[in-house]
Amino acid sequence: MIRRVLLVPALVAVTVVPGGPAFAQGAAVVTAIRNATILTITKGTIDKGTIVIRNGKIAAVGANVDVPRGATEIDATGLFVMPGIIDAHSHIAVDGAVNESSLSVTSMVGVEDVLNPKDIDIYRGLAGGVTSANVLHGSANAIGGKNAVIKLRWGKDARGLLFEGALPGIKFALGENPKRASAAGGNAERRYPATRMGVIDVIREAFVEARAYQATWRAHEAAVKAGDRTAIAPARDLRLEPLVEILEGKRLVHAHSYRADEILQLIRLAEEFKFRIATLQHVLEGYKVADEIARHGAGASTFSDWWAYKVEAYDAVPHNAALMTDRGVLVSINSDSAEEHRHLNQEAAKAMKYGGLTEDQALELVTINPALQLGVDKRVGSIEVGKDADLVLYSAHPLSTFAIPRQVLIDGVVYFDREMDLQQRQVRAAQKQALKDKARSTGTAKPTAPDTTPKAETTTPGQEDLR
Amino acid sequence: MFHVWPFKGLSEEAVVVIATRVRTAAMGVACVVGLGAVAQTQPVAPIAIRNARIVPVSGAPIDAGTIVLANGLIKAVGARVDVPAEAVVIDGSGLTVYPGLIDALTDLGMSAAPPSTPGSGAGQGPPRPTGRTIRGPQDRPATTPWVQAADEFRADDQKIETWRNGGVTTVVTAPRGGIFPGQAAVVNLSGDRREDVVVRRAAGVPLVLTPPAGGGTFPGSAMGVLAYVRQVFLDTRTAAEQVRRYEQEPRGKARPDHDRATQALHAAIQAKVPFLLPAASEVQIDRVLALSREFDVPTVLYGAHEGYAAAGRIAKARVPVVVSAKWPEAPRDADPDADDLLEVLELRDRAPRTPAALAEQKVPFAFASDGLPGPGEFLANVRKAVKAGLAPDAALRALTLDAAQIYGVQDRLGSLEAGKIANLIVVRGDLLGDTSTVAHVFVDGRRFDVPPDSGAARPTGPGRGPGRPGEGDRR
Repeated sequence: MIRRVLLVPALVAVTVVPGGPAFAQGAAVVTAIRNATILTITKGTIDKGTIVIRNGKIAAVGANVDVPRGATEIDATGLFVMPGIIDAHSHIAVDGAVNESSLSVTSMVGVEDVLNPKDIDIYRGLAGGVTSANVLHGSANAIGGKNAVIKLRWGKDARGLLFEGALPGIKFALGENPKRASAAGGNAERRYPATRMGVIDVIREAFVEARAYQATWRAHEAAVKAGDRTAIAPARDLRLEPLVEILEGKRLVHAHSYRADEILQLIRLAEEFKFRIATLQHVLEGYKVADEIARHGAGASTFSDWWAYKVEAYDAVPHNAALMTDRGVLVSINSDSAEEHRHLNQEAAKAMKYGGLTEDQALELVTINPALQLGVDKRVGSIEVGKDADLVLYSAHPLSTFAIPRQVLIDGVVYFDREMDLQQRQVRAAQKQALKDKARSTGTAKPTAPDTTPKAETTTPGQEDLR
Repeated sequence: MFHVWPFKGLSEEAVVVIATRVRTAAMGVACVVGLGAVAQTQPVAPIAIRNARIVPVSGAPIDAGTIVLANGLIKAVGARVDVPAEAVVIDGSGLTVYPGLIDALTDLGMSAAPPSTPGSGAGQGPPRPTGRTIRGPQDRPATTPWVQAADEFRADDQKIETWRNGGVTTVVTAPRGGIFPGQAAVVNLSGDRREDVVVRRAAGVPLVLTPPAGGGTFPGSAMGVLAYVRQVFLDTRTAAEQVRRYEQEPRGKARPDHDRATQALHAAIQAKVPFLLPAASEVQIDRVLALSREFDVPTVLYGAHEGYAAAGRIAKARVPVVVSAKWPEAPRDADPDADDLLEVLELRDRAPRTPAALAEQKVPFAFASDGLPGPGEFLANVRKAVKAGLAPDAALRALTLDAAQIYGVQDRLGSLEAGKIANLIVVRGDLLGDTSTVAHVFVDGRRFDVPPDSGAARPTGPGRGPGRPGEGDRR
């Protein structure tokens, strides 16, 4: 059901080309998307609807909405508009290793420090309809590094990627990875822990330390409050600070997990220390303990159908997302991959085949559910007045394998445009050829610098006399 | 005695006489620099170069001027200068005198192996010594900021002569290996004794933000290094405060740890020594500018190949730059059919424009050889920056006075002014032109004649060695 679409020429004016300027600051920027099938996610589907975007926010949605004069119009006849996809587990846009794999507790490190806004995977995710991502540390350590929730604002600097206002989080990991079951042999030192009971011990020890650290600071703050001017502030410990934030409910735990037993282990530990796990990541055996997960209140972010790629993934079933959803767990489907994040809409669709979710439920898996899991649901995840205009215009229904994103908007700005992309390919090819030709011509020319051919060392008689 | 005698109008006889007297002068200078008061007892023959074009950098060029050197210092410079009767007079007709060039970051004179202290090493050096378990930041991995290049400098490094023959009279040299390898020193390439050549110790505290090789111990990733460095800066300030309070009243207080890493860093911060932070790409530049604000220390950025894209932000941050002159290039053995990314090709094309972009934004900058094999390659690459739009006089300033300014030695180095250290080069042709050759080099008033086949261009040959791996090429 793909129909031809005429792109409004005025659109180009607001399109962000890589590295180019975003929309003008100051004056109100109004855009209207017209004649679209609008999948709002939370408020049903609107045929031939209009979305008015003002200053990056959705100002109006509906079948009968007046388009303000002077608005830039996008004719979306035949197109489907959906909220931008939110990938709750991503490792894109990271400079260097995603693991600080040296220690079992590396809560001092954070991916925000090494965000790389020029990672092409940002653009590729964008082209697949992803507008926000939870960029996580890897799973090598029981307590890994801090995350960064980003918007895929291609062309902005590292700061400009950050999803402002998103709750900070941290990666935990259970099972085979932190116990180093598959760690390289040879000179790789065996590291504690080597078992699942060791993993949970490492996490418990860390929280015991964090509680003591918290108590030291509280005592200091109380002393200062009581007027003690000689009180010396305790030394700041960047490893323990994020753990105190977890205890105080200010930082979300995203826990890589597979097996039912380790999931229950962590739930018990979290309840012992009185915090809530924000998301269990992967959670392939989540369907076995869905009630316990739901009772704890953790979200579950899983794969559509990845299976048996390691020992702890043998019991995976593609029905996992649907089964957990049926038991009241807040479920999202993530990519964990710079390939899969380009078609998360199709991954969500698999939950209809395996488990019988409805269209709306399937779409929730990659939109409002991950938004809720990351605590950004007031801003994104559905098409509602007041939310950020993070939108994908698909050529077909996004649950169809034929759906191709035509345009992707973040904060009302077009960050991906398929027509533009196709044009840019030729431009880039020409630029590249020009640079190659230039390099070749200067490379073969007679060097302008003095001859640098190595010559035999000559000893200099009398040199010693000069010293 | 001398390989070549380029000065016109002097007989062979005169040459021998001058050479002898120069040698006497040089010995006298060594005494002045090395032994202070003793120098007064030695007769020292001043040197005067007459009728030369003089480019003082600090002022307008003088077409036919005279410069007088005595006791290792510039005694006078100008169009009309009194030449002392006892001076050795050199006719500089047809030659140009410039201040000696400064290589603003190198590891010249540093031994290949990093100092063998626990927890140090790695990075660009050999793998770090094992034997001490690194449990976290508290074990100060790859951290030796107390190491002073001024203490480690090997004045007998064979490469020194090569660099000096090419016109480099001063280097800012830094220890290698680790995240905090140690502190840089400003060193004159003038003698055999470390004691004679150090102009300034503790001139800068370089950091290396790439993870040490191996990755087996903390920190093993770029984000780990940044987290570690952040903790070290916090600990430095905490430790200093603890020591201060303890010294005020030790009774009843726990004795603070003895931590030479934070002590050395605290001393550097107190002395306002600049921290040298590496950044090649635009992303890294933004990252390092943010770190500089966070750590609140005087900062010099080094590397900066993509500085052309960030010059405005660098200017706004008021951070000087040591530009790596090792421009990114395709590997010599590259597959001719290799399809490089447009971004890679652009970087190779535009990197030499960085100095011009910095100059436009009035960012002070200098050049670092960054592992280039010799001064010929170094100057050839500076010429590429000139061809890419950098004004020749700005290039010259970057190689002299601006480099001195960045390291706080502009009051003694970097220009031809009376009272400054007598570091100067005598050049045939325009230094930044294509056909210049360095004829003579004076460092600390000592005269070094350049063998004819060495010139500014000769690469180091066997010295073409380890060098500092280009930070710039990493990513």
